[in-house]
Amino acid sequence: MLNVLYAILVLGIMGAIFGALLAFAAKIFYVEQDPRIDEVRAALAGANCGGCGYAGCDAYAAAVVAGEAPPDKCGPGGKKTAEAVAAVMGLDAVAPVKYVAYVPCSGSCGTAKDFFEYEGPADCIAAMRFGNKGPKACQFSCIGLGNCVRACQFGAMSIVNGVAEVDREKCVACMACASACPKGIIQKVPYEQWVLVGCRSNDKGAQTRKVCDAGCIGCMKCQRECPHEAIKVVNNLAVIDYDKCTGCGHCAETCPRHIIHPQKIYVQE
Amino acid sequence: MLESVLTISLGAILINNFIFSQFLGCCPFLGCSTKIDTAVGMGIAVTFVMGLSSAICYLVNELLVSLDLGYMSTLAFILVIAVLVQFVEMFLKKSIPSLYTALGIYLPLITTNCAVLGVVLLNVQNNYNFIESVVYGITGGLGFMLAIVLFASVRDRLQFAEYPESFEGFPIALVTAGLLALAFMGFSGMQIG
Repeated sequence: MLNVLYAILVLGIMGAIFGALLAFAAKIFYVEQDPRIDEVRAALAGANCGGCGYAGCDAYAAAVVAGEAPPDKCGPGGKKTAEAVAAVMGLDAVAPVKYVAYVPCSGSCGTAKDFFEYEGPADCIAAMRFGNKGPKACQFSCIGLGNCVRACQFGAMSIVNGVAEVDREKCVACMACASACPKGIIQKVPYEQWVLVGCRSNDKGAQTRKVCDAGCIGCMKCQRECPHEAIKVVNNLAVIDYDKCTGCGHCAETCPRHIIHPQKIYVQE
Repeated sequence: MLESVLTISLGAILINNFIFSQFLGCCPFLGCSTKIDTAVGMGIAVTFVMGLSSAICYLVNELLVSLDLGYMSTLAFILVIAVLVQFVEMFLKKSIPSLYTALGIYLPLITTNCAVLGVVLLNVQNNYNFIESVVYGITGGLGFMLAIVLFASVRDRLQFAEYPESFEGFPIALVTAGLLALAFMGFSGMQIG
């Protein structure tokens, strides 16, 4: 009986000592944290998507409080979150420009010529291992095996007819797809930009013509025709300056290859 | 002295590797081995905790034995390990925040790693003295790190290997682990000195 008591006593004392040590250590190693970090964190959307450019919502909240990040970077949260975060920080809210991801490739099945027939794991990186450019002949093309679809946690990506497509309503511009794309072709574009060039090929016109029926051949027609001088052909590829573009859509009509696409957008109130 | 330290080190790292021949610590071995980076982080953290807990548990065991309470050692060891992991976590958060963020959730999870409890119990079973205990703890952790990093590297390559669809995911990982353990069987029975 005494033995049992003894054991309880010894372990009890040990536990108490360790507990006291831990409590003491917690005091010594206490890391002071700004209470605003928790408030900002609570106001964020909490998707942990990394669209703000930080490791996650916690890291972004810390950066906001440290004054390193503006309050309007939370894509999923949108305007409301920006206002809430700004209120915590005592800053003026600025409505964030909504961005979305965009896959500049129109080389769907049949349109883009095949380099070889690929039968292997449905994975873009695996397909890239052959010939260093995947099964399509154009080295700038979307492979269409869906690494971006799997990377998207918002269900905004899909493969339509062999090319990845972005659902602009679901996309929060976290750009996880862009990091997952082994060709690195996915771009971040303003949501309200509704005319976009559906090609990313820097090949010369003749080469592009050989490998794809829907590639920019750098004919410069759009550059000449644009009434606002918003398009320039750089490296055999038409590039729209989004600041100058007024969205008149004239280029989309004149492009002889029909690769300047009007996108569906729903302008928010 | 040096000889016994060498014997213990080689034994813990290769011959009696904690994962491949004693099958201790299999949970983090399978759970944290999808990426090489996290595997290295896990290995370092486990090595650290194993070494420290070997040292403290040796002292605790001496105390318990002298009080004729040797049968309570397992319970006391668990207490020590839990406290140590907590302490290490607090210490890292304050002193080396970068390492703290890198280890993330794996740090508190070491509490439930049976290889840590295994190492302190084996210290008692093998009647190691203080230095031998610490050496066994650290080298046991290094063996764990070797195993988990090897396994993570193999799993990295597995993504592009061709195997039947029914083996997708964990089955092929377990087969791989078995083959790795077989490879480590080559060390068994080796004598030093």
